[in-house]
Amino acid sequence: MDSMTPNILSILIWLPVLGGILILSTGGDRNAQLARKIALGFSVGTFLLSLSIYADFDINTASMQFVERYRWIEALHIQYFLGVDGISMPLIILTTLLTIIVVIAGWEVITKRVAQYMASFLIMEGLMIGVFSSMDAILFYLFWEAMLIPMFLIIGVWGGSNRVYAAIKFFLYTLVGSLLMLVAIIYLYFTSDHTFNIASFHATPLTYATQVLIFLAFFAAFAVKVPMFPVHTWLPDAHVEAPTGGSVILAAITLKMGAYGFLRFSIPITPDASSELAIWVIGLSLIAVVYIALVALVQRDMKKLIAYSSISHMGFVTLGFFIFDSQGMEGAIVQMISHGFISGALFLCVGVLYDRMHSREIDSYGGVATTMPVFSMFLVFFAMSNAGLPGTSGFVGEFLVILGSFRVNGWYAAVAGLTLVLGAAYTLWMIKRVVYGEITNEKVKALVDVNGREKVVLGVLAVCVLGLGVYPMPLLEVMHSTVENLLEHAAVSKL
Amino acid sequence: MTKQDILVVLPEIVISLMACFILVLDLYLPATKKQKFGYGLSLVALVVGAALSLIYSEPTPVHGLNGLVLMDSLSAILKAGICISTGFVLVYSRSYADIRGLWKGEFFALALFGVVGMMVMTASNHLLSLYVGLELLALCLYTMVALRIDSTTASEAAMKYFVLGALASGILLYGMSLLYGLTGTLYIDELSVSIARYDGTMLPRTMALILVLVGLLFKMGAVPFHMWVPDVYEGSPTSSTVYLATAPKLAGFAIILRLLADGLESLATEWQGMLVVVSIASLALGNIIAIAQRNIKRMLAYSAIAHVGFFLLGILTGEASGYASAMAYILIYAVVTLGAFGVILTLSSEGVEADLIEDYSGLNQSHPWAAFIMLLLMFSLAGIPPTIGFYAKLSVLQAVVNAGMTWVAVAAVVLSVVGAFYYLRIVKVMYFDDPTATHRGLQFSPKPDARILLTINGLAVVILMPWIGELSTLCERAIGVLF
Repeated sequence: MDSMTPNILSILIWLPVLGGILILSTGGDRNAQLARKIALGFSVGTFLLSLSIYADFDINTASMQFVERYRWIEALHIQYFLGVDGISMPLIILTTLLTIIVVIAGWEVITKRVAQYMASFLIMEGLMIGVFSSMDAILFYLFWEAMLIPMFLIIGVWGGSNRVYAAIKFFLYTLVGSLLMLVAIIYLYFTSDHTFNIASFHATPLTYATQVLIFLAFFAAFAVKVPMFPVHTWLPDAHVEAPTGGSVILAAITLKMGAYGFLRFSIPITPDASSELAIWVIGLSLIAVVYIALVALVQRDMKKLIAYSSISHMGFVTLGFFIFDSQGMEGAIVQMISHGFISGALFLCVGVLYDRMHSREIDSYGGVATTMPVFSMFLVFFAMSNAGLPGTSGFVGEFLVILGSFRVNGWYAAVAGLTLVLGAAYTLWMIKRVVYGEITNEKVKALVDVNGREKVVLGVLAVCVLGLGVYPMPLLEVMHSTVENLLEHAAVSKL
Repeated sequence: MTKQDILVVLPEIVISLMACFILVLDLYLPATKKQKFGYGLSLVALVVGAALSLIYSEPTPVHGLNGLVLMDSLSAILKAGICISTGFVLVYSRSYADIRGLWKGEFFALALFGVVGMMVMTASNHLLSLYVGLELLALCLYTMVALRIDSTTASEAAMKYFVLGALASGILLYGMSLLYGLTGTLYIDELSVSIARYDGTMLPRTMALILVLVGLLFKMGAVPFHMWVPDVYEGSPTSSTVYLATAPKLAGFAIILRLLADGLESLATEWQGMLVVVSIASLALGNIIAIAQRNIKRMLAYSAIAHVGFFLLGILTGEASGYASAMAYILIYAVVTLGAFGVILTLSSEGVEADLIEDYSGLNQSHPWAAFIMLLLMFSLAGIPPTIGFYAKLSVLQAVVNAGMTWVAVAAVVLSVVGAFYYLRIVKVMYFDDPTATHRGLQFSPKPDARILLTINGLAVVILMPWIGELSTLCERAIGVLF
């Protein structure tokens, strides 16, 4: 079924970009308030429009919906080709929702170069939606890479003390991976009869040796983005140095782009290499789940702890993909969405504390519950859901992935199950040291509880986490046919 | 001379006459009017030259002056490109050159004669006319580098450029004379036929090829014939650097295409192998050494070496699609480089050269618009989407993979990540750093014409993206005529 609005995907991509340009034209910080208002207006507008693709989405088909297809660069047969399926649609809505959250979260906190800050996030929103809806590989690559520019600026301009190092590391890490992907895409162009259409990449027969090379090239791009062990080292740096809004978008959405890439490119284009090499990917995922969780346990910096926790949770996602089980894969996708909400919320919580105390060290806190009861409630709730408490969205994803891996190999499930223990250990230990206990720091006594703006932001996310945890059906049924179709496709050898 | 002869070289005639006229005018006009007239007349000549090149272009090649020159869509596009980019150079250079006393008749006349040389190069169908065009351009460039009499670095750069350039011309000429000895013709189209039929000893033929190639690669500044590039870029006044960094690359593309792809086509397997080494070496050396630079002009010089390496990748495919991608690459490169030097020129003021990278620290705070334009240009040079620089890289890579050289493409890609680092550093300095103590207070106060052109030039690297396919079609059509 097609949407009531024609070209809805194009509107979703270009409306925020247009908003960003408009904000840039408001000029310097004299008009900061105007810049904020325009940003809020455009992000809310985009979110409301994005709900229409949910409303008009046909859950019974695995084919692309809301398709837009125009000729673009004739010489290379590049098309402006958009469409969404059950995997990308939820991610688009996640993107539009979190952009609003980020705009509100930066409302008072960002005081220098406000227009540039807001514009960066809006432009990035458009580019991220572009990534999730591109059906032409070059168009996808264009959005994928272009997104680096605003993120680079966000980390570098509004970040912490070591921001320059983190920004450049982030940029170069992702660039290395992506360029190899570009070569693979160009190679596929020639083997698939001169088209960059991703769907025809899916249908192209490839020899095993070629598949392995292409798989590795894509793996370089997506594994860096997810990030998987051992190419995860840019993430803690980027997260720690980025401003709160940057961390939220980074954790909630850009990491998902890597995971999305596995589903859109690696698995369907190179099914034989994927199943043959799956054992390695599963191995790296399990290392991430266990080893990175242990690393998280010893962190003294809250943002770093959440960053490592993100890597560990994303290990679950890649594990879910590469066991080739429908429950595992659906669980992994739920985990992607849920982790978007939870990690975003946790970074916002740290942001709330940091704005007041200018410290991210766990040691400088203690007894926050006495001065900030409402905030502590939120923080404890999100921490619990991060540890996979039943009733929250964190549980649904992890449970389904463990269930799926049990069907494939009991050992996978056993190792992955450790995360429930370790995840609980590092989050709850952090909570214990930050929220409870005696007040040891004088500054904590003077803390003021969350204001209305912060309550709204955290409240919305809490509702999402709880809603998805109690009743995940709307999400699961949307993706079901797409996942089934993908797994069927992946089971057919291309040799 | 027939009417056709005149039409073929009409743009060259117009510009030469105008250059002579400006020189004469320079003797008689009062000092205050010299600059205004010289500037205005040069721009008029360039616009007319570009227009004439496009208007009289024919889809099929038309020979003129007994076959010395020809007119086809390739030469038409490149001639127009050369005229337009030189026009941009004049607009950007105005206040810079004016403050430094370089804004005078000689500057205009040299620039215009250089344009004539480049136009002859693009249109030549004969080794002699090609060489004459090349030397006319080279002499103008040597002088423009030395134009600033009070600067020792400029004189040193000019001397170095002159000595090495003369040596390279000699080598090229020697190669050409060998070719003549082997084939008995100087016409490039006949050359390709008779060199293919040549069945004598290999040594002189290979020697001729190597000598010609060395001469060409020297003029383009590819490794290992690049030594002059950084010194000349850094030493010459920026108004001359921008001139020699843009339009001559287009003309260089034309002679490489005419000599290698057309004249010496039958030796393709031999020069392809040589070019693989040269391009990878250029990419590696240019990108790696650029990282260590503190002077932005020197950095852009090494970046130019790396870009020439990338551009040669398109040539070495030996296929029409590869030549077309190289043409798109060099046109895009000219646009972006023009903008980058335009920013440097407009940020320079009296006594401030704006050539140290640290000068740019905190530029986003003092002059956000200039910083934004520079940001777009740097990302475009690095080849990051959504800029046209990405498309340039994509089309060349695509041609390289098509020619079955996937590993060369991988190497180029890896080296361009290294390249991304130093472009990012400029962005980092402008956006992340605060103005430092050594900050010399850059002023961004371009004249209205420069401001408008710079804005167009900077935004073009993003805004042209939706229509970038047209450029490819244009290049493919222009190259298609040749093969």
